[in-house]
Amino acid sequence: MIRFMLMVNRQGQTRLSRYYQPVELSRRAQLEADVVRCCLSRRKDQCSFVDYKDFKLVYRQYAALYVVVGVTDNENELSVYELLHNFVEVLDKYFSRIMFNLDRVHIILDEMIQNGHVVETNKSRVLAPLTALDKMADG
Amino acid sequence: MPAVSKGDGMRGLAVFISDIRNCKSKEAEIKRINKELANIRSKFKGDKALDGYSKKKYVCKLLFIFLLGHDIDFGHMEAVNLLSSNKYTEKQIGYLFISVLVNSNSELIRLINNAIKNDLSSRNPTFMCLALHCIANVGSREMAEAFASEIPRILVAGDTMDSVKQSAALCLLRLYKTSPDLVLMGEWTSRVVHLLNDQHMGVVTAAISLITCLSQKNPDEFKTCVSLAVSRLSRIVSSASTDLQDYTYYFVPAPWLSCKLLRLLQCYPPPEDGAVKGRLVECLETILNKAQEPPKSKKVQHSNAKNAILFEAISLIIHYDSEPNLLVRACNQLGQFLQHRETNLRYLALESMCTLASSEFSHEAVKTHIETVINALKTERDVSVRQRAADLLYAMCDRSNAKQIVAEMLSYLETADYSIREEMVLKVAILAEKYAVDYSWYVDTILNLIRIAGDYVSEEVWYRVIQIVINRDDVQGYAAKTVFEALQAPACHENMVKVGGYILGEFGNLIAGDPRSSPLVQFNLLHSKFHLCSVPTRALLLSAYIKFINLFPETKATIQEVLRCDSQIRNSDVELQQRAVEYLKLSSIASTDVLATVLEEMPPFPERESSILAKLKKKKGPGAVSVPDLEDGKREGGELNGGGERGPDSAAMSASNASTPSPSADLLGMRSAAPMSAAPTSAGSLLVDVFSEAGPAAPSAAVNDDGFLRDLEPPTETSGLSSELQTPVDSPFNASSRRFVCKNNGVLFENQLLQIGIKSEYRQNLGRMYLFYGNKTSVQFASFTTTVSCPGELQSHILSILRATKPVEPVVEGGAQIQQVLNIECLTDFSEAPLLNIKFRYGGALQNLSLKLPVTINKFFQPTEMTSHDFFQRWKQLSQPQQEAQKIFKANHSMDTEVLKAKLLGLGTALLDDVDPNPENYVCAGVIQTKGQQVGCLLRLEPNGQAQMYRLTLRCSKDSVSLRLCELLAQQF
Repeated sequence: MIRFMLMVNRQGQTRLSRYYQPVELSRRAQLEADVVRCCLSRRKDQCSFVDYKDFKLVYRQYAALYVVVGVTDNENELSVYELLHNFVEVLDKYFSRIMFNLDRVHIILDEMIQNGHVVETNKSRVLAPLTALDKMADG
Repeated sequence: MPAVSKGDGMRGLAVFISDIRNCKSKEAEIKRINKELANIRSKFKGDKALDGYSKKKYVCKLLFIFLLGHDIDFGHMEAVNLLSSNKYTEKQIGYLFISVLVNSNSELIRLINNAIKNDLSSRNPTFMCLALHCIANVGSREMAEAFASEIPRILVAGDTMDSVKQSAALCLLRLYKTSPDLVLMGEWTSRVVHLLNDQHMGVVTAAISLITCLSQKNPDEFKTCVSLAVSRLSRIVSSASTDLQDYTYYFVPAPWLSCKLLRLLQCYPPPEDGAVKGRLVECLETILNKAQEPPKSKKVQHSNAKNAILFEAISLIIHYDSEPNLLVRACNQLGQFLQHRETNLRYLALESMCTLASSEFSHEAVKTHIETVINALKTERDVSVRQRAADLLYAMCDRSNAKQIVAEMLSYLETADYSIREEMVLKVAILAEKYAVDYSWYVDTILNLIRIAGDYVSEEVWYRVIQIVINRDDVQGYAAKTVFEALQAPACHENMVKVGGYILGEFGNLIAGDPRSSPLVQFNLLHSKFHLCSVPTRALLLSAYIKFINLFPETKATIQEVLRCDSQIRNSDVELQQRAVEYLKLSSIASTDVLATVLEEMPPFPERESSILAKLKKKKGPGAVSVPDLEDGKREGGELNGGGERGPDSAAMSASNASTPSPSADLLGMRSAAPMSAAPTSAGSLLVDVFSEAGPAAPSAAVNDDGFLRDLEPPTETSGLSSELQTPVDSPFNASSRRFVCKNNGVLFENQLLQIGIKSEYRQNLGRMYLFYGNKTSVQFASFTTTVSCPGELQSHILSILRATKPVEPVVEGGAQIQQVLNIECLTDFSEAPLLNIKFRYGGALQNLSLKLPVTINKFFQPTEMTSHDFFQRWKQLSQPQQEAQKIFKANHSMDTEVLKAKLLGLGTALLDDVDPNPENYVCAGVIQTKGQQVGCLLRLEPNGQAQMYRLTLRCSKDSVSLRLCELLAQQF
């Protein structure tokens, strides 16, 4: 399963974090810094899966933004790798360019991953609640 | 400034976020945050009631602050208030805050539960989803109690909306994981399984996570999911990419769902039903075929999604391990990926092929890719990929290609990354041993290993080469010659000196005929390295020197001179000094015969599993698959197989019974350290720690066939008890902890999954316990945690400073063993035992185990020798009725004198001879050391052979101790 998802920029600032297994606050900062360092130190031609402690990191880079998830051993790496892309595409579809709008991003993430498991991969269904919401607001 | 593009954006929040981002320094950021926190606090406390929008805005700010890594200690109440709002966004922020920030604060949980209950019964699907989501995220016991019965109903009800079903499935999964006892599937089982047939793909995607988890726990009840999963998979695989419009990702139909279905099938063996199996094989073939078709899109997402399914299918094929045709096809497919330009694919292919190599059907096919893999090892730019290549080479190695692979790995070692060198060294050492046809090749390889990567050659490796050389007389001469040559290099690694010293000390005579390696030349060569070496190596060299005196009398004068010089005999290191003194004395007083006996050639070591393998298993599970060839060699004949401590004559022993704890004495602790430093044959003394207890333990080696814990069997002083080991190892816990009253080492617990070995040592009121957790399966244990607790008042009686080193690693790979150290301090006498609780996941199922740790009061005994007169005088002094405890009981075990003596000694007391007027009786004395006080104890055991009864009397200066000891001991005899 997926243990956590992070969106971090090159400067190491966390843009989004969601943990699916409890991690203490003090250890989060440590973990996030560690993970970023690990991903930043890798070149483009290195592979996107890294053994990290007792789990694996799968990451993707979009310009200055890194999306990183920690997964347990029994996850299919490529499918998680593409899940990240799917997530980013959904964000892209909803916001015209990637930008920070905390509550909405969380709504989208929650529609796609719950408890560390994939629930929905269909873009329009992921966005359904938000679309409904926006219609209400507009109307 | 981030523009807010849609919806009712919160301007204040956006401003705040942008302020934070524009902060130039960490201090400025903290300042801005504190200002905001103060502002929010005053708003929340203010008299003016806040409207929903403001509450939402402030709660959202708090969330953002939390995200930045600051603790949030208020706002919970406001978040809970938001739950009852009718506006989706307000409710959503409330739930989000709770999901992210609330721990099981019972006061709030009740309020939250109330809100959830309302939302669940609201029939508003979006509200229901939010509520389910929240349960899934918090997952606390109270929530499980409140909702566990409700959620399955929502999940399978016909009129539930699809999105609600999805949330319900994952919510139930979470509750099942945290409180399995509250989630009763019984009546829902079949309807849950049938969610696999749901027409909505999203529902299937969510449900399958739940079903996979349930199947792992109760495979039989959920067996019907196999055929449903196969038919679902088959429908997806055979559909055209346009059929599943919404769930098609870059022209690949439902990739995530396909992966999950294939993963679910891996919980089960191949389907028995021929039709189902046929359909599945067809699916797998289609997936393999699709990999060969031209891509429908040039986008990398297309091929990634396709390959995700392919890799999962290959995992399933490997899991079944029954379809040779598919296995070989899988192997060929992976072979193509080995040369793909995508690093990710090369990495995954290497990883996947590693498991293929262990299947008998595909082993040969994997071997054909050897050149590519070797090339990957040499040229890959990413160390993690090279690591996988090394793993694969190790996995595909067999007798036919061992020389090539070992040579390649050796040459790679010269440039290998530091991070993987140690593991590489272990692997080379194992392969060299496992596939050695002629042992000179083996010796060459290991010496090369030391030459190339000496720093990474762990002790196990050089111990092992010595073990093998000693046991194989056909290679001894060659080994002596080779080390002699290797030592001639101007700079050679210390490990080389160790091996050289040991081997020349044993077999130097085999090459002494050649004038170029005459005894004196050998000695001078060794001694030229002496001053550059560390203390343990020097100690080993000194032992080699004394062996030289025996092998070559002509070197005696030279060596004695060396031993006599101040730098040896007055060395500030006590171990070196002791050796120098003892060896010098030994060489001058002992007759040639005595010398020859004492310094006899080392007897062969008992065949045992290579400790290197154990080490590798410890480092890494899956790569180190079983090594049957090595285990064939098990044999029993242990009598002659003394380790270092067996050899010494009694004369030599008494020459120095000073039990100076030697600095090199390692974990095995004081007991074995004493004979070690005293034993003149201790050319091997530094080796004793690996070959520890070889002699006495060998007879019981047959008791326990599991290789890796065999090192842990009872040491010298309890060898009389080895019969006890034959009691079924998985006997009830109490019985097993009872077995440890009179001994310190052994197997504490064993079942099909796990074996726990114990070694412990006690001195005065302190103790140290080494726990060895061995994973007996080939599957890793995840989330492995251990906790030691002291129930009740034990806490104040015994202080175990837990995990002196560090908590155990959370993952125990298949076949691996991990170690934990506990330090124990006895504060005052105690009667309960500390509890060891072990939790881990095995194939998804949570295993929970509680054991009593065998820490008993008698462990803190110091033996006291005394005369008959003293004994009875003290006996009389302890005459108050409470100070005495007596028990008369039937014998449960053998009443043999030797067995009894061994047990009484194992107890830790001194066994006093000639004290009791009746020679049949046993009398012991000892002092129990606690932190605060010392408790003197006298013991008398009167056996009655005819009646098979004992009378046990204890008198101690503290009443509670008498009672406790009496209880403990009555079970022992």
